[in-house]
Amino acid sequence: MELYLLVDFGSTYTKLTAVDLEKADIIATSRSFTTVATDIHDGYHQALQHLYQKIGSEVTFSKIVACSSAAGGLKMAAIGLVEELTVEAAKRVCLGAGAKVDLVFSHYLNTKEAERIKNEKIDIILLAGGTDGGNRDCVLYNAEILGKTGTKVPVVYAGNKSCQDEIMAIFEKYHMEYYICDNVMPRLNVLNIDSAREVIRKVFMNNIIEAKGIKKIENEIDEIILPTPHAVLKATELLSKGYLHEKGLGEIVIIDIGGATTDVYSICSGSPKRADVILKGLEEPFAKRTVEGDLGMRYSAMGVVNALSEEEINLYLEQGLDMVSEAKKRTTNVDMIPQNDEDENIDIAFGQICSNLGMSRHVGKMDTQYTPMGTYYFQYGKDLTGVDYIIGTGGVIIYNHSPQEILKKMLANERSVMELRPKNAKFLLDREYIFSAMGLLSLHEPLVALKIMKKYVINI
Amino acid sequence: MVYNILVNNIKEKVRMKTIVIGVIGADVHAVGNKIIEYVLKNEGYNVVNVGVLSSQEDFINAAIETNAQAILVSSLYGHGEIDCRGMREKCIESGIGDILLYVGGNIVVGKQDFEGVKHRFEEMGFNRIYAPGTPIEAVLPTIKADLGE
Repeated sequence: MELYLLVDFGSTYTKLTAVDLEKADIIATSRSFTTVATDIHDGYHQALQHLYQKIGSEVTFSKIVACSSAAGGLKMAAIGLVEELTVEAAKRVCLGAGAKVDLVFSHYLNTKEAERIKNEKIDIILLAGGTDGGNRDCVLYNAEILGKTGTKVPVVYAGNKSCQDEIMAIFEKYHMEYYICDNVMPRLNVLNIDSAREVIRKVFMNNIIEAKGIKKIENEIDEIILPTPHAVLKATELLSKGYLHEKGLGEIVIIDIGGATTDVYSICSGSPKRADVILKGLEEPFAKRTVEGDLGMRYSAMGVVNALSEEEINLYLEQGLDMVSEAKKRTTNVDMIPQNDEDENIDIAFGQICSNLGMSRHVGKMDTQYTPMGTYYFQYGKDLTGVDYIIGTGGVIIYNHSPQEILKKMLANERSVMELRPKNAKFLLDREYIFSAMGLLSLHEPLVALKIMKKYVINI
Repeated sequence: MVYNILVNNIKEKVRMKTIVIGVIGADVHAVGNKIIEYVLKNEGYNVVNVGVLSSQEDFINAAIETNAQAILVSSLYGHGEIDCRGMREKCIESGIGDILLYVGGNIVVGKQDFEGVKHRFEEMGFNRIYAPGTPIEAVLPTIKADLGE
């Protein structure tokens, strides 16, 4: 019997998943609080004891790999030139690498912005700008101004390749830690994620987890290889595409509503479905992730209310639901677990707003143009109308009695006709919260990971 | 040091000149656009084509990122005058105020005296204005001269 242990050091919980490779099945899962503030080993050991109890004996694992979003996850600053172009490309690379993009800057940086990057505990800076052979002044200026602040934050340079030499000279001059990779936008509106994402992953693995006190655990496990959202992205991509003879599910959307953020993933090309539609804007990634930092069930509950208009809040009041005081209750008591049906129904209301807005910000949009030659349509972003499945994950969805109530808010509706939302998608549930673990497993055993996901992701 | 200067000089010489082209406004005439792309590419230019149905911002953003020396605006459907208005000001605002602006096609409504049209577009800040039916080949010598070749 060959066993793998997959560990997810989350911001709140350390989650363990033990997998039997031959049976292609999960034998046990357990969790305990993450103890990164004191010693990360404590929480891990506690979770491990729970796991042994569930299995019935102490077992040995042939491989133990982990992903992490503990100690605030991976915080990045994205810098580009034009907002709709290299800034957007840089942002997408950060999100695809599993980071939270805390700061976004365009054009020439000013000293205040550069200082913010230095002071706001950013883990990695992604510096982009200019297509290959294109603008060089801006990135050179920005590299210089970053250097002048004396920042010790590692910088990943993914801008115009034609000035890599000058950029390196600037970084050397200021003794900065830097990494050079391919341009995130080598040609206009062409997105190139892979090179920068791989470099970010390496920097995360080698430096960031060390700085956050997570690397210590590597004396007991094999390695921490990915930021958690990156692992989830890997799992969802595998589940969509399939592997060898094992078929995937096709086009999928995944929503993870957490306490602080709402993550939406879509795995499909998202190209126009009709001949009379013209695609505009920057190329979209096949596996796309967006994160809404203002939409969450607990820490960000106030953000959910702030996203509502006064009329909408009054509409909830009319139905006997005071969203403002409920949001306050949730932000002050972030460990709150619904005790009765009423609490759960209120959580559903919050979850619905998160899923509706999360989808609205993720999905592509249509725009009509009336021309002398007739009506033409633009498409900005991804067309998700043909998505086969919407998969729910995250505490509020998993533990709720009617998760479909939350998920159905992501579908096309008469209020958002210009949004290219899924039309007839079926709903699935990641009841055991296994995506991050399966993302890790997929790096070594994709077939097993796929089989397990297909078994555990259930119909609702 | 000397080596660096040499390398930079060579780099400067071999660097291709970049030209942004496209069809402005709600205009979907794609054929001429493709011909212009083909001819300019054959002449050795780095052509960045923003395509049909392009806004002023699409042209300008592309020119900034690619460090273009010129923008060639096409308009075939008669609304070019409205579509081009304010473009120079936006270029100035975006930090590429010195960029060369070319415009050509059926850029105004109906058949008008071309001298008057040319004057109006010059007032708007366009450097080169071409009458209906001007083939791109006829414009090439001017492009080369303007780009210092």
